[in-house]
Amino acid sequence: MAAEKPRNQTIGAVRRTFQPWADPDKKPLIRFENVVKRFGDFTAVDNVSLDIYEREFFALLGPSGCGKTTLMRMLAGFEEPTEGRLTLAGEDISGIPPYRRPVNMMFQSYALFPHMNVLDNIAFGLKQDKMPKADIAARVEEMLKLTKLEKFAKRKPHQLSGGQRQRVALARSLAKRPKVLLLDEPLGALDKKLREETQFELMDLQMDLGMTFLIVTHDQEEAMTVADRIAVMNHGVLMQVAPPAVIYEQPATRYVADFIGEVNLVEGKVISASGDETRLSSPITPHPLRVSQSLGLKPGEEACIAIRPEKLRISLDEPADTSENCFRGEIWDIGYLGDLSIYHVELECGQRIKVSQPNLSRVVQRPITWDDKVWVTFAPHAGVMLTR
Amino acid sequence: MAMAGEKGRGRYLVLAVPYLWLVALFLAPFLIVFKISLSQDAIAQPPYTPLLDLSDGWAGFTDYLSQLSFDNYAYVLDFSNEFIQAYGSSLIIASISTVLLLLVGYPIAYGMARAPRSMQPTLLMLVILPFWTSFLIRVYAWIGILSPEGLLNQGLMALGIINEPLELLNTDIAVYIGIVYSYLPFMVLPLYSALEKLDLTLLEAAADLGCPPTKAFWTITFPLSLPGVAAGALLCFIPAVGEFVIPDLLGGSNTLMIGKSLWTEFTVNRSWTVSSAVAVLLLLVLVVPIVIYQNVQQRELEAGK
Repeated sequence: MAAEKPRNQTIGAVRRTFQPWADPDKKPLIRFENVVKRFGDFTAVDNVSLDIYEREFFALLGPSGCGKTTLMRMLAGFEEPTEGRLTLAGEDISGIPPYRRPVNMMFQSYALFPHMNVLDNIAFGLKQDKMPKADIAARVEEMLKLTKLEKFAKRKPHQLSGGQRQRVALARSLAKRPKVLLLDEPLGALDKKLREETQFELMDLQMDLGMTFLIVTHDQEEAMTVADRIAVMNHGVLMQVAPPAVIYEQPATRYVADFIGEVNLVEGKVISASGDETRLSSPITPHPLRVSQSLGLKPGEEACIAIRPEKLRISLDEPADTSENCFRGEIWDIGYLGDLSIYHVELECGQRIKVSQPNLSRVVQRPITWDDKVWVTFAPHAGVMLTR
Repeated sequence: MAMAGEKGRGRYLVLAVPYLWLVALFLAPFLIVFKISLSQDAIAQPPYTPLLDLSDGWAGFTDYLSQLSFDNYAYVLDFSNEFIQAYGSSLIIASISTVLLLLVGYPIAYGMARAPRSMQPTLLMLVILPFWTSFLIRVYAWIGILSPEGLLNQGLMALGIINEPLELLNTDIAVYIGIVYSYLPFMVLPLYSALEKLDLTLLEAAADLGCPPTKAFWTITFPLSLPGVAAGALLCFIPAVGEFVIPDLLGGSNTLMIGKSLWTEFTVNRSWTVSSAVAVLLLLVLVVPIVIYQNVQQRELEAGK
């Protein structure tokens, strides 16, 4: 699919340097200011402050019921904040009904009008704006082309496949060229392959149209793939807002570290901290642990080291240096995924850690197998120290 | 194979029940009525001729057939005998009633469908509740309400809205009131079931695309409730055309409805044959809307939702 269209040469340059959130002079397009939303006794959104910038692809990520959808629905106008302010391009939009807001939403269920064909579905929003007929026809044509739906213009939604319906929903929500496009779990109903393909299409589309996209998803891979920045939410609270790589490599809390990808959380106590290094002791290994990070912790304070499975090394032989950063254990379980293998290693204390290793070679002399005694090591910069 | 055979037999059994029911209680009586409609009145027991006598064998049967005629239909279709007018007037009254039912029933059904989920069973119950009282008693009750010294007139006069009692009972207005009141559940229930199925995110989508609520009602809600509208309209229209009790009790002497004509023909004029012809023609008149109704249902089924 990608081969059909020559790559827009400017995309790389834009993507490399795009970080308006780092520029203090840049005005955000969307601004949540201390927004609270309560339903009866239940607080769905708890004091959220968030800035989203023009042309940003922003993802709200979290488990179901974390308030991400409520946050989005407030922007669309389907819910009003109980407290706080919500501004769009500097303008307070609270109280403005959904049909007067310059944002459009792509619904999780797609919400296509079943009694209208693809053409009329896409034209629906444009007709509300009393756009001249010829302009509507031209815009609909453009949208059909963009979403490769030309052949299906006269079909009713129930005559389309899931993927085609998803495209109609996307075309319909894009047709009005909204300032912000809201995507509520837009790819949830698609199968894995189509979903991955569509993720990249969405990214290109967003770049080509120069629009701001806000996506709500519970699929972390999806958020990591498409978004410039991700906001991880839990229980109505923003846990961390950062680009995907920062979220993954420098999670702010145990929750974020645990929610995104796989992680081993090793609880420990600070032995000594100096400059940009901290040494800790942990009940799960007799060897001290060292991380190249200093949070200004004093000896005796508790901290946790989060280490991703792929940043651990596993070997059958005793490492040359066992003075620090190593665990001894026994293989408890192996998950062979083809490109990599996941090893569950039971440490002497009984706790299990996960190690993943790429299967670099097709033939291995002595593969690690069940019940093997192994050594697991990691480099000081592989782990992240967390205090929250 | 044996399994398949048993399965097939089971299916025939299941299918046979409604068909037997229809043959025994609809088709057979209809054929008898049709046969009578082709006969001639006679002072006898039963009061028509010819009677089928199979003791003469085949000759008796052909003899019998040769005596049947469509004379009664010619009589009914003769304009001067006022049956045509009665058919026309019935269709008009039924049509107007159906429109009134739609106007009254739609807001009720809409309100029910939008009520909190927990309240909906109660509301449904309330709609069905009148059926617990005899239909006849409920229509009689309207006499007490609509008569010149009835509850309605007394109430309006007590409030000072009118000085003289309104002439309601024994007018077409009373017939409309009676039909709308009696048939309302048949309008509300299909409408409710259509509206209740409506996915509310469609309305959110409409609003999101810039469509204000009133317009969204006419572009989304109403078109999607049309199957319910069609079902409700036909469920009311079809029996309303042949309605007898309501025009008889609430209507005036000049309220012309085919059900009343049929009753008069049967009991006063004692003509089984003409009243049978009236009944057969009424069925033909109603077959058209019934077929439309089935088509609508079929299309709804094929639409898949």
